[in-house]
Order: sequence, then structure tokens, then C-alpha cells
Amino acid sequence: MLEQDGTPHPARRTRLVLLLPYAWLLAFFLAPFLIVLKISFAQTVIAMPPYLPVLDLAAGWQGLVRFAHGLTLDGYRLIASDPLYLSSYLKSLKVAALSTLILLALGYPIAYGIARSPRGWQPLLVMAVVLPFWTSFLIRVYAWINILQRDGLLNDVLMALHVVHRRPEWLASDTAIYIGIVYSYLPFMVLPLYATLEKMDASLLEAAADLGCTRASAFWRVTLPLSLPGVAAGALLCFIPIVGEFVIPDLLGGSRTLMIGQTLWMEFFANRDWPVASALAVALLVLLLVPIFFYERLQRRQLVGLR
Amino acid sequence: MRRTASLFNVVSVALGLVFLYLPIAILVIYSFNASRLVTVWGGWSLAWYRALLTDTAMQQSAWISLRVAALSASLATLLGTFAAIALARMGRFRGRLLFSGMVYAPLVMPEVITGLSLLLLFVALQVDRGFWTITIAHTTLTLCFVTVIVQARLIGFDRSLEEAAMDLGCPPLKTFLTVTLPLIAPAVAAGWMLAFSLSLDDLVIASFTTGPGATTLPIRIYSQVRLGVKPEINAVCTIMIAVVALGTVAASLMAKAGAARRARAALAAQV
Repeated sequence: MLEQDGTPHPARRTRLVLLLPYAWLLAFFLAPFLIVLKISFAQTVIAMPPYLPVLDLAAGWQGLVRFAHGLTLDGYRLIASDPLYLSSYLKSLKVAALSTLILLALGYPIAYGIARSPRGWQPLLVMAVVLPFWTSFLIRVYAWINILQRDGLLNDVLMALHVVHRRPEWLASDTAIYIGIVYSYLPFMVLPLYATLEKMDASLLEAAADLGCTRASAFWRVTLPLSLPGVAAGALLCFIPIVGEFVIPDLLGGSRTLMIGQTLWMEFFANRDWPVASALAVALLVLLLVPIFFYERLQRRQLVGLR
Repeated sequence: MRRTASLFNVVSVALGLVFLYLPIAILVIYSFNASRLVTVWGGWSLAWYRALLTDTAMQQSAWISLRVAALSASLATLLGTFAAIALARMGRFRGRLLFSGMVYAPLVMPEVITGLSLLLLFVALQVDRGFWTITIAHTTLTLCFVTVIVQARLIGFDRSLEEAAMDLGCPPLKTFLTVTLPLIAPAVAAGWMLAFSLSLDDLVIASFTTGPGATTLPIRIYSQVRLGVKPEINAVCTIMIAVVALGTVAASLMAKAGAARRARAALAAQV
């Protein structure tokens, strides 16, 4: 395992280091996807498992041919024809895009503030931002139900300040979804932003000031452009999982337009339509392929940068 | 970065921290509320913690969750550290692209997809679902986080230490155990902690891969939260927050003590 980079054949014993995780990921990450792909082309039936055709390897070639004949595009056709699914995808994209923008607007000043605080404080502040991430996601969403419910604290405060005269309903709305998502994902946005801002060379700003740049224009012309990799990393790190988010819209959102994660969950658990659920998963994955690709490239480049 | 924090900087960090901590603080405070109505303050009380003592279903779920988390975090730490070593030290090998793709993808993969695909695998294999299937699913989810943390550490430290050991005739395995492992130990420990807390937290993947008799704590909390806010849930959440906070503080104290010991050792070596 300690060979020089580029050694094509590491010693046999050290091979185990690679083979164990490789085999695990092939078995429990890649193989399941192939099964999802397979079932997305199947038909729904009332049986266990609730889909047809079932691949019968014992029947040999005959079984394979019968299996191939049984495949259909019904699941995908249904997704394409029923506006319910399309609006679900669009809503997910809209929520993810808008909350990523809000997260950027909120996260950037926080990350910037931490990066400019005294050196000794920075680890403490970073830890303070990360700590809520270590507590349960579910707990953090639940905390907001406490606050947002009709006779909750937010309405108490608004009533006391005479901002509103009747208690508005906050839960079961898109506003609640945005609050929950922004709250839960804020650490994911702040950390990559802080990482790039903290590395920035202070002399660049001094040079800008020497050349007559005001503080504001130095920010727009030097700091912001240099922090764009962090912006991209934070935005992707938030956008991708938010598109498939289930818990937050399910607990805080209304039931009018579901996000795609909820629709998939419903198809699977409530309607027991496995082929359609699988087709939804495949379509969601295709949708996310481009952002995931960019995210992986960023990750790899960052690791190379550490070298 | 120039270190002159403006008023704007201070205010934005302060507001950010208030935003992050206020909801949790409210949740904790209301767990000590005597009133059954969650929104009316009826004075301090431990009633809901006492109610938890007799809630055997909740205790059972907590016990299942802790066992799944400990087991899957340990497995994930082992596999994830191996994967990190392979990625950081083995250079180019056949199938590296596929391997690194599989390592990084679960980090951002929507949980509904991971959960659904693992469930379909278990159904295809005709495995009874329950404790073990959740453990396998969580191992798969969390090992990638361990890999990223450990890999960053492996790339960050000085390779010449390993090379020196091997130049002096130390075999690779022994070099790993006596030089590399102590150096990456903090990252491995951090990886385990992260894997543990992610597993303890997961609702979606556990819901897909669970079976009869294996209701984890998040699944139980979720089913009760859907019915509305209850003070008992506030109490459970407060306990979980306390455990996590204590764990994090203990870990950072341990890291500090380790750093101090190393500094002393380095000083002693110089003298």
C-alpha cells in the first residue's frame, strides 16, 4: 500500500486494501443501481415481488430471452405523460435552485466574517457552525415545527409585536420548506466558502487598496472572483441533495405539489408501484448526472490541490 | 485574508449563529415544560423525561439505533480507511475511475435513491430485512465520508516519513502500522464519529431497508412527529443533542490533549 505513485502492480498482500472496499461498493452500491434500472423497465403486477418479468437465470438462455421480451417502457411512458410527475420534478428543481441562492446569500457573509475574524477564534467559530450538523437532521426539522406551528413561538412574537393580528399558518407551505432547507443545509454552504476565503492571500487586497481600490470594489473585483471555486463547491453540495430531499418537505410542506423525493416515496410505499418508483429514481439520477459530474471534478481538483 | 473584522462581519457571524442555535435552544427549553401543551409555558419539570423511562418502545428503538450505528460506523471506518489508502497511495490501478466514482457519488446521492436501490437488492437476494440490512445500508452510506476525511489527511502529511522508515528497512505493513496509522489516527477517529452520527440520524435509508422488529429511533420519532408535536419527543431530542454535544466536546478535548502531548514530546526531543 505504500508503493510509489504509478506503480502498476502493488504487492499481493496490499491488494486486499483495495479489493475489500471495491467489492463492497460493487455489491452494495453499483449492483443495486443495475437492479433499479432493470425494474424500471418492468411491469407492475399484484404479486411478491410486485413486478414482471423476473429474471430466471436457472432457465438459461431461454429465461433470458423471455425476460427481454417482458421488458417495457410503461414506467417511463407514465412518467412522461402524467403531469403530476413533471410538476414534481420542476418543483424539486425550483426549490433546490432558490434555496441554493438563499443559502449563498446567507452563507457568504457568515463564511466571510469567520475568515476575517482573529486567527485564534476561527477554529472555534467553524466548530460552532459545524456542531448543529452533528445533531440529527430530523431533530432540526422538528425544532422548526415547534416554532412554526399555528400557536408556536413565531406567531407569539409576531402577535406581540403587532405585526399580524390573526395567527397566520406557516406550516404546510413552501415558506416552511425553504426555512427548513436553508436551516439544515447552512453548514454545507459555509464550510466550503470559508475554506477558500481563509486561504486567500491578504496581500492581494493590500495591493488593490494601494492601487486605489475602495474596500467595496476590492471585494467585488478580487475577493469574490477568487472565491468562486468555494461558491461552486457549496452550491453543488447543497443543490444536489436538496433536489431529492424527502424529510423536510414531508414534515414542513403542504400536500399540493410534492417534491420528487416525496413522489418516489409515495409510489413505493403507498402505491406499491415498484417499476414507476424505479423509473422515477432513474430519471432523477439522469437529472443530477451533470451536477454530480461537476461536483466530482471539483472534489478531485481540491484533493490534488492539497498535494 | 486581512484580519480586520468590520461591524458587518461581526453582525453577520453573530446572526448566523443565532439562526443556527435558537431553534435547538427552544426545543431543549420546551422539553422541560410542565404543560402538556407544547406552546404554553407551565413551569420547569422533568415529567417528560420520567415518561421516557417507562416508554419501552422508544428505549428499544434507541438500543437498535445505537447498535446499528456502532457496528456500521466500525465497518465503514475499516472499509473507508482502506479505500482512502488505495486512492491516496496506490497511484493508477485498473478500475480507478469506477472506484473513485463509487466512493464520491454516495456523498451527494439523494437518500431516496440509495434507499430504494438497496431495498430492491435485498428483495432480489431474498434476504430477511431488519437489523443487518440497515447495518449494511448504513455502512455503504457512511464509508464514503470516512474515505474523504482520511484521504485528505493522507495527502496532507509528509510522505518522507514513510519513505524514511522503508529506506531503513521497515516492511510496508509495519511502516503502515507504526508510522502511517498513528499519523492518520485523528482523521480515522473523526471518520468513525461522523459515520456513527450519520447512521444514528438516518431516516430515509433506514425506512427503506428496515423490516419487522427493527424500528430505529429516527423511524419511531418520525412516525410520532407526523402526528404533531409532543413534549416526549422534545425530551428524546434533548437527550440525543446532549449525547452528541458531549461526544464532540470529549473528542476535541482528546485531540487537544494529544496535540499538547506531541508538543511536549517535540520540546523534550529538542532539549
